[in-house]
Amino acid sequence: MSRESILREVAKNQPGDRALPVIDIKVTTTHQEWIELLKKRLEILHTTVYEVADYTAIKTILKQTAVPQERTVTTIADLSEVANYIDSIKEDAHSLEDVDWAIIPAHFGVAENGAMWITDSLIQYRVLPFITQQLAVVVSKATIVYNMHQAYDKIAGTDYEFGVFIAGPSKTADIEQSLVLGAHGPKAMTVFILD
Amino acid sequence: MHSTITNHADAAVDFNEDEARVNWHDETLWFIREKRDLASHNIPEWEQLREYASQIKNNVLSNLSQYLQEFEAKAKANGVIVHWAADAAEHNRIVHSILQKHGIDRMVKSKSMLTEECGLNEYLEENGVEVIDTDLGERIVQLAKEPPSHIVLPCIHIKKEEVGEIFHKYLGTEKGASDPKYLASVAREHLRETFLTRKAALTGVNFAIAETGEFVVSTNEGNADMGAHLADVHIACMGIEKVLPKQHHLGVFLRLLARSATGQPITTYSSHFKKPQPHQEMHIVFVDNGRSVHLGKEDFRNSLKCIRCAACMNTCPVYRRSGGHSYHNAVAGPIGSILTPNFDMKKNKDLPFASTLCGSCSNVCPVKIDIHDQLYKWRQVLMKEGLGPTAKNASMKMMGWVLSKPAIYDISGKAARIVLKYTPFVVSNKLNPWYKQREMPAPPKESFKEWYKKNRG
Repeated sequence: MSRESILREVAKNQPGDRALPVIDIKVTTTHQEWIELLKKRLEILHTTVYEVADYTAIKTILKQTAVPQERTVTTIADLSEVANYIDSIKEDAHSLEDVDWAIIPAHFGVAENGAMWITDSLIQYRVLPFITQQLAVVVSKATIVYNMHQAYDKIAGTDYEFGVFIAGPSKTADIEQSLVLGAHGPKAMTVFILD
Repeated sequence: MHSTITNHADAAVDFNEDEARVNWHDETLWFIREKRDLASHNIPEWEQLREYASQIKNNVLSNLSQYLQEFEAKAKANGVIVHWAADAAEHNRIVHSILQKHGIDRMVKSKSMLTEECGLNEYLEENGVEVIDTDLGERIVQLAKEPPSHIVLPCIHIKKEEVGEIFHKYLGTEKGASDPKYLASVAREHLRETFLTRKAALTGVNFAIAETGEFVVSTNEGNADMGAHLADVHIACMGIEKVLPKQHHLGVFLRLLARSATGQPITTYSSHFKKPQPHQEMHIVFVDNGRSVHLGKEDFRNSLKCIRCAACMNTCPVYRRSGGHSYHNAVAGPIGSILTPNFDMKKNKDLPFASTLCGSCSNVCPVKIDIHDQLYKWRQVLMKEGLGPTAKNASMKMMGWVLSKPAIYDISGKAARIVLKYTPFVVSNKLNPWYKQREMPAPPKESFKEWYKKNRG
C-alpha cells in the first residue's frame, strides 16, 4: 500500500493555506421567469414539455402517447393506472432492458440548464432512467430553482445513495459533431411541469 | 504512449500533408470554441465563477493531504473500498487484482483520461482481460487501434466516412454507409448488449467531495451509468487532485465544466455516486503518478487545478492545426504541454515549444490556470537543462551575443531586413519549422531607430 508515502509527499509539497471563497451569486429574476427559462431550455434539449394541472391530465396525455403493447413503468403511485407501478426492488435490474417508457418524479428542476434532480429513492432501480427507451419526468412547478447554487442549497443535508441531474435525452456528437439522440440511454424525454 | 513519433513539429508536418483535412479539423474545433463563448456570455457572473473556481482549487492544492484523508474516511463509511496507487503500474495492478478476485475477464469502461495516462487497456489485455470502451468516440478510436486525440472529443480527427469503414469491418454496418444517426444506432445496439453482459465497470471521476465521500461523473451519453449500475463491481479511478472540499462547490464547477467544454449549460448526466447498491462492490483508486512531486513545484503546481474541459485545446491555433496525436500524450494541447513535462521532461521537451504564446488558452481556462506563462517558464527550464530545440539553442546563443552589443544589433537588424527582402528563403527554410506553409511578410525599409532619427531626432 502506497497510502502513507503518497500522503507524506503531498503534505510535504502542498503550499501554504489559501482561503476558500464565500460563494455569493445574487439572483434578481422571478420564479415565473425561471419557469419560462426552464421551458425554453428543455426545448433546446429536444425535450417535450407539458404544463399540467394534476395527475389526471398526465394520465390523459400518456394514454394518447404510449402504445399499448409497449412496456411502461412508473415509480409514481398516482400513475399506476396507466403504467406498471414499481414500489420496490423485486428483481435483477437487467430485467428492465425491455422497458419502453419510464415515468418518474424529480425532486426539483433547474431553470438555467434544464436539469432534473433525481435520487435513488425516487426510482428504486438506479439504472431505470438510463435503460428505458423513453423517459418522462414529473416535476412540481413550485420546486423549480434558477441556478446550480440554489440546487445545491436544496440538496444540502438530504440523504441519498445515488443522485443524478438529468438534462434531456441521452446524446452524442462524437461522429463529426452531428447530434444524435439516444446514444445509450433514452432516445426521447418528456417533462411534465405540475401545478 | 502508443505513438512512435515523439516530436511535435515532425508529427505536425505529417498532419498538415492534407490541407483540406487540416482546415476541416481547425474549423470544427473553432466551432466548439464559439459555442463555448455563447454559453459563457449567457452568464453575467462568468468571471466571478472562474475566480471562485480558481480560489477553490488553490485551497484544494494547499490542503490536499487533509482533503484526501477526509474523503477516504467518508467514502469508507459509505461502504466504498479505497485504494492508493503511487504510479501507473500500481494502479493497473490494483484494477487487475479487483477483477481477478471476482473472476472477471471482461469489463466495460467509460471515459477516463487517467486510465489512458496509465496505459490500463494495454495492461489488462496483456493479462487476458477484454476492455470495451463505451463512450462512442472512444469506441471508435479503440476499434481503429488509435489513442484518443482530444480529451472530450476522442475521435474529432476522424471523418464519418472513416467511422463507416471501421464499423463495416467490426460491427457489420452496410458498406459505404456514413450517416452518423445510422452508425450511432448500430453502436447503441452493440454496446447495449455489452452493458447487459459485463460484471465490472470502470469509470473516471470528475469531482470527489471530501465532505460527503461522493464522487461525480459527467457524461452526455449515459454510458458511465449504464455500465456502473448494471455491474457487480464498479471501479472509479481518479487522480489525487480531483477532490473538492464541499458539496456546494459542485454548483460552481458544474456551471463551468460543460459550458467551457462544449458550450452546453450542463452535460446530460451528472451522476453522484455515494454508496454501492446492495449487491454491488464499489472501489475508488487514488492515483498519484507524479502529482505529489508536481505539487511541490511553485511555478508549475497550479496546472493541477485542471478540470479537463479542453477549452484550451479548442481555442489553440497550434492544436487546431496539428491535431491531438502530435502531442504524443493522453492529454494534448496547451494543458498537456504544461502537465506532461512534470512527469517526463526529456520525453516531452518539445511540447512547451508547440505554442505561439498567444495566451488564448489562459483566457478561456475556467479555473484560471496561467497556461501560456507556464509554457514560457517551461521553455526557460528546458533551455537551461540543455533540452531546447537544437536550432533554438544555437540561435539563442547568437542572439544573446547580438543583444549585448548595440552596434552589432544595429548592423544585424539592417542585414536581416536586406536578407528578408532579397533572399527570404534563408529564413523561410526547412530548418525553421515555423515557416512551413508560411510566406514571410515584407520587411520594413528601415528600423524604428532609423525612422526616429529622421522624423523626431
